[in-house]
Amino acid sequence: MSLTEDLTTGSDKEQADRTSRNKLLYAAGGLVAFLVALALLSHVPGSTGQIAASMLRVAIQPQTAALAVAVIGLNIHFGYTGLLNMGQAGFMMLGAYGFSIAIWKGQPMIVGILAGFAAAFVFALLLGIPTLKLRGDYLAIVTISAAEILRYTGRLAKLENFTGAAQGIPGSQYRGPFADLSFLPQDTNWTFPFTKLTYPLTGTDDWWTRLVAWLVVALCSYFVFLLARSPWGRLLRGVREDEDAIRSLGKNVFAVKMQALIIGGLFGALGGIIFILPSSMQPDAMGRNLTFFAWTALLLGGAATVFGPVLGSILFFSVRIFLQGITDAVLPSGLMNTQQTEQFAWICIGVMLMLIVIFRPQGLVGDKRELRFNV
Amino acid sequence: MSDLATRDYADPAVRAQLVSEVDRAPGAAKPDPILVVDSVVRHFGGMTAVDVDHLEVQRGIITALIGPNGAGKTTFFNLVTGFDRPSQGAHWSFDGKTLDKTSASSVAQAGMVRTFQLTKSLNRMTVMDNMMLGATEQSGENLVKSLFKPLWHGQEREIEERAKELLDRFKLLAKKDDYAGSLSGGQRKLLEMARALMTRPKMIMLDEPMAGVNPALTQSLLGHIQSLRDEGTTVLFVEHDMHMVRHISDWVVVMAEGRVIAEGPADSVMSDQAVIDAYLGAHHDMDLGDDALLEEDAVKEMADEVAREEAEGKA
Repeated sequence: MSLTEDLTTGSDKEQADRTSRNKLLYAAGGLVAFLVALALLSHVPGSTGQIAASMLRVAIQPQTAALAVAVIGLNIHFGYTGLLNMGQAGFMMLGAYGFSIAIWKGQPMIVGILAGFAAAFVFALLLGIPTLKLRGDYLAIVTISAAEILRYTGRLAKLENFTGAAQGIPGSQYRGPFADLSFLPQDTNWTFPFTKLTYPLTGTDDWWTRLVAWLVVALCSYFVFLLARSPWGRLLRGVREDEDAIRSLGKNVFAVKMQALIIGGLFGALGGIIFILPSSMQPDAMGRNLTFFAWTALLLGGAATVFGPVLGSILFFSVRIFLQGITDAVLPSGLMNTQQTEQFAWICIGVMLMLIVIFRPQGLVGDKRELRFNV
Repeated sequence: MSDLATRDYADPAVRAQLVSEVDRAPGAAKPDPILVVDSVVRHFGGMTAVDVDHLEVQRGIITALIGPNGAGKTTFFNLVTGFDRPSQGAHWSFDGKTLDKTSASSVAQAGMVRTFQLTKSLNRMTVMDNMMLGATEQSGENLVKSLFKPLWHGQEREIEERAKELLDRFKLLAKKDDYAGSLSGGQRKLLEMARALMTRPKMIMLDEPMAGVNPALTQSLLGHIQSLRDEGTTVLFVEHDMHMVRHISDWVVVMAEGRVIAEGPADSVMSDQAVIDAYLGAHHDMDLGDDALLEEDAVKEMADEVAREEAEGKA
């Protein structure tokens, strides 16, 4: 009794919670400041304004939100549980296929969403049962190959009436029910105050999709926050550190890893559904590339943090546009044409990923102490 | 036998009386065994690492498991705690429950909790988180309940209090918000032991608790182990340090080449001829530089002895 009076004022956990909350506020504040700065800069005439405008557009586009949701799932896998899932794009694709095929075949939207979740759930079970009892590398091998198998299966010409084969399913076949839910005014001339953001010409990257996509990101982040602060989240981190130690304390490690794999996979499926809303369901858009984008965004933002995946996804897309815009503006077109500057921007992203892993393994908002010790 | 439950094992006289009743032979029956092991065999390829016919561990006292390097002590530990599987049908029971094919986690849930020779502290978590993971039956570890803080907050507070008491006892309270990776090797041993105690084990199995611990800390570790016994926890530990074994153990089991070769109180077991042979070799008192060994009689004598031993081995 005197023990607690002497050493603690309130609970230490609450104090620790407060520190992490402050950190979260800084990160969120920084992000808002970044977006506001882009909005202001977009009024500057010339290429500066153009770059800022397209960075802002990319930063808040629905596909960025979709990647953020998938990265939130990957964060549960890798950041909290230490599972090396190299096939997050596969989970996204299953969610997207379930959603688009169901609606295409005349089912209501809710059935489509549930179909996507069910597919990802079964996929996680199938991959998890044989590999989660083995060392971590096996899951990595199995997930990356299973995701590729799925993609090639989706492309099969024989399945054209079911998956649309390599052409995929056009967005117009499944977007209807979602677009009908919109309560926003159908005014294509409306611009967000103080910005140059309007409805783009495609008519798909609209305010309704943006709004819903980022709302989903916010809800998912909150969900992960609830999980991460709970004893279940502590158990995940324990499994990440040393499975045998957790086993010796009487916990069912396999069940915990399976739960984590499934939940992260469901987030992936949700991300996949959002990913195809503003475009079309094309299997090749969800190949290995997308998995590695997700990993880059996760490591950039910071693994094992709630806000890292969101920050990482936004920066991943906008930094690439920034690099491309700057090279376009600075270098004469004789030296590098637009196609080459795009490739150059991707190369820079790759170098950036390496530099992050070497010099700042905790990412932008991660806790450095958590990664200081070799396990 | 009726007074078994009421015996107070904190009293040295009671313990001395208890062990004096037990037969001093490998596999001896104990008055109130908490762990009974039958025919546990483990092969690694052609080598037999463990081959224990029968072993009983008495409840409420400190039992030491000793033996030379490669005797199979740690493998035996792994087998009994479910971290390794016996090569063929084995039977063992703990506190009346059969544990023949159970997983490591259910062995721990039954109340038999172990520590590791190479300390497994969770380095990138705080000391407090390490401790709190040890608590069993946490409702917040259920995925659905974990989302609703009121469902586990009260229990979390209780666990935190208990963790603080234990940390205080092991002199780690000041470090509770540090990452476990920043502790010294000896402190990690203490943390691992404290974490194991969070599960409220009936029996704690310590795999070389003194390895790599400085002498000053050894003394306090010994004190902790003894106080565990005095509070009613059964202790089984593997150790190389003979001083420690002699100092705190009530009963000693000696393994060599995978078998239990002797059992008894520390003093008597260390003068046992089989134990001395296992540790030092059968000819340890012979000077290998002695010219007499080269004479024909001596060579013949040794050859006879080898032949005799081989014949015994076949029989």
